[in-house]
Amino acid sequence: MRARMLSVALLVVACVCGALAWFVFRAPQEGPAYARVATVTTPLGLKAYLVSDDTLPVVSMKVLFQAGSIYDPADRRGTANLLSTLFDEGAGDMDALAFQSRLEDLAVSLDFSVNRDNLSVSLRTTTDTLDEAFEMLRLALCEPRLDPDAIERMRAAILASIRLDSGDPSSIATNALFGKVFGTHPYAFDEKGTDESVRSLGRDDLLAFLKARVSRENLAIGVAGDISAGQLAVLLDRTFGPLPETASGPEVPAPQPVFDGSVTRVPFNVPQSTALLMQPGLLRPDPDWHAFYLLNYVMGGGGFNSRLMEEVREKRGLAYSVYSALYPFDKVGVWLVGTATENSGMPRSLLVIKEEWTRMATSGPTARELEDAKTYLTGAWPLSFTSTGSVASMLASMRLLDLPPDYIVKRNDIVSGLTLEDLERVRKRVMDPALLTGVVVGP
Amino acid sequence: MSSAVRLFPRKLLVACLGAALVLMTARAAPAQVFDPGTFELSNGLKVVVLPDHRSPVVHHMVWYRVGAADEPAGKSGLAHLLEHMMFKGTKTLAAGEFSKIIARHGGNDNAFTSDNYTAYYQSIAREHLPMVMEMEADRMVNLLFGEEDFRTELSVVREERRARTDTEPSSLLMEQMRKRLWGDYPYANPVIGWEDELVRLTREDALAFYDRFYGPDNAILIVAGDVRTEDVRPLAERTYGQLKSRGFGVRSRDRVPGAALDDTMVLHHWQVRQPSITRILVAPAQSSDPNGHVDALKVFAELLGRGPTSHLYRSLVVDRKIAVSAGAWYSAESLDYGTFGLYAIPAEGVSTETLVKELDAELARLLASGVDADEVARARHRLKAGLVYARDSLSRGAQTMGVALTTGSTVESVESWPARLDAVTVEAVEAAAKALFNPDTRRMVTGILLPGQDAEGEAAQ
Repeated sequence: MRARMLSVALLVVACVCGALAWFVFRAPQEGPAYARVATVTTPLGLKAYLVSDDTLPVVSMKVLFQAGSIYDPADRRGTANLLSTLFDEGAGDMDALAFQSRLEDLAVSLDFSVNRDNLSVSLRTTTDTLDEAFEMLRLALCEPRLDPDAIERMRAAILASIRLDSGDPSSIATNALFGKVFGTHPYAFDEKGTDESVRSLGRDDLLAFLKARVSRENLAIGVAGDISAGQLAVLLDRTFGPLPETASGPEVPAPQPVFDGSVTRVPFNVPQSTALLMQPGLLRPDPDWHAFYLLNYVMGGGGFNSRLMEEVREKRGLAYSVYSALYPFDKVGVWLVGTATENSGMPRSLLVIKEEWTRMATSGPTARELEDAKTYLTGAWPLSFTSTGSVASMLASMRLLDLPPDYIVKRNDIVSGLTLEDLERVRKRVMDPALLTGVVVGP
Repeated sequence: MSSAVRLFPRKLLVACLGAALVLMTARAAPAQVFDPGTFELSNGLKVVVLPDHRSPVVHHMVWYRVGAADEPAGKSGLAHLLEHMMFKGTKTLAAGEFSKIIARHGGNDNAFTSDNYTAYYQSIAREHLPMVMEMEADRMVNLLFGEEDFRTELSVVREERRARTDTEPSSLLMEQMRKRLWGDYPYANPVIGWEDELVRLTREDALAFYDRFYGPDNAILIVAGDVRTEDVRPLAERTYGQLKSRGFGVRSRDRVPGAALDDTMVLHHWQVRQPSITRILVAPAQSSDPNGHVDALKVFAELLGRGPTSHLYRSLVVDRKIAVSAGAWYSAESLDYGTFGLYAIPAEGVSTETLVKELDAELARLLASGVDADEVARARHRLKAGLVYARDSLSRGAQTMGVALTTGSTVESVESWPARLDAVTVEAVEAAAKALFNPDTRRMVTGILLPGQDAEGEAAQ
């Protein structure tokens, strides 16, 4: 389909705008079902957020392990990603075909994926197969077979995907920019690793990573649907109990990104150039996070309500897609800006972006823009809770950030309370056009 | 549907295959899939309501029975360009105001265009439903925009074409494959438009197209979310109900794709590092199925090529290790004709010629020896499993109904799918598959994407 606007596929995590955990826990009983968040603490000490809702006989769970690609050993890039493709390629006494057929028989969906920070697990089941679904997850995480045949099959698929990326302008831009800014720090590298590193991965590397990083200590759990707290507690201990109690392996230090303000050309002979720029951002727990989030909405995160879209696309027709996006990684926050323009027009697009960045850094949003952003962000909040899967994802993100269970209720008060002074403080703290460092992929 | 079929190794892209199957769906065969409320206004506007009270929001959509396949000759890209212009103002609303008003009320809005339909939607708090209905009804009849806004938006759409097609060799190849496959039939044109035709489109073209196809009796209103059918009816009467019926006739395209065809097209492109093969065939459509093969073909596509337990993946990837990815899809929600597709990505050291031969041999074996009863049962089960989750989404029911009702199908057809699926037999699957691949009648194009030998691009590296 040809859509009027390409959604920004870059934003890695659900946009829980993190607040500091200053609220005392009360289980709120008013408001829509998705806002009634219970905290489930199991006998083994696992903690999960749960929204019980029996409207549909469906349960979704999201689990985030701090086991993303930044924890790959330096000479083994791509370990976490390869591992994530193997959890459903055989576990316990079932080989790949048996395991996948069993999931199909149960009509259970079980997906694994990896980004730089996290290994994420999505489980969805109907209530009549609840026990079986959690048992499949236990087997996948605790008894994955990592059969040599499956490893080779997944390795071949990943290598093909790396070759596909290597001809794709936006993948080239992302890899070039992260490499330029982060140097040799783990954040510099694509989750998939490189052709060379993926070829070097062995079964022992996968087992070592699994043992070190997939533990009960570094996971965040969110659950939504037709399940009670008591039922869930039993299932959680049964499913995650066999995992190591603690994570191990070397700590990943905070990166020291270099923002020298330069824009590097990456030669690629296509009719349209792709630009990607980056400047420092904020970490999620930062007290100014919500103000920063709103600033980005006005700048380039708000689609047709953002300045970049207005100036680059609506007024000048220079691009189909132009956006800015926040990347609050665990150990560093960055702010990205991207667009794609026919080659001869790219200097103009870059100039407009730079001018708009400067204008915002100098004078900030107007009172009207602040009000419009507040009404949008608060009004659109319930749109994040329209399926058991989306509720579970939000709850897992809240657990990961240690946000209180009533965050879903309180979040709109925080956004509504933002003032022009808050926006001024954050833009002076963070926004600096001289730091916009980037790449342009084009001839 | 989109002409772009992107190829990925399976783990990384299971989602894109799902897109080809519009109806995924249920296990314990629920009597109803979405169980919608329906009614029709006196001006001919059809209305579908899909209640979901879990969050206090609504998903409001208006679908028009017009798409790229309805464009006048030489004006490809017009339906999609008009979709963009629908955000550029009405007699009472300035350019860009539509989306800004929606956002100021906490809503998201967007639109999309395909071969057979154009749709506009907003997701917003339920209390703003009357407002969005009023606004959408307004631009159904009062569109107004100036020459300058038209020229600017044309540049935007040309950038969209560059981003989606001109910098994507797989899209460039698929565009040519579809042109060959569909011959005289209008699916031969890409939705985004051919560049040389796109640049010649005018404001007058867009307004004439709007005047010819937009109006209540050529539209379908769908509201999903925290509403009841009885709440939507008076709102619809008060807004859309005030518009005059235009007297649109039934869409009919008196063109046909052409006689049997078995072509191979090769694109060498310097951007390509990973070879791949894709094959598309003309297939029956849900609403145009003279031999009653569609339901069985959906089961065949599922068992042949969706997911890691499917026939092609097991044989070419797992057992014989000559491909890293392989599969099939079937898109039947379309007017007059559907599309059946196959794809495979060769393993290292395996040529695309070899893989095409092996793919053909595998298909021939399967058609000769017949499908396994267990395979058919498992495929039916998988298709029904998805139905269990059909209502765990605000927009999925609306999307499914919109596609069905703009491609000649019906609400009843969507709702009776579980029952029809149960009735699909092994014999029916074999008959449908044999008819699809019958060498005397099939229309089929195979595309092969290979790294380029021309040094121009490589030299620029």
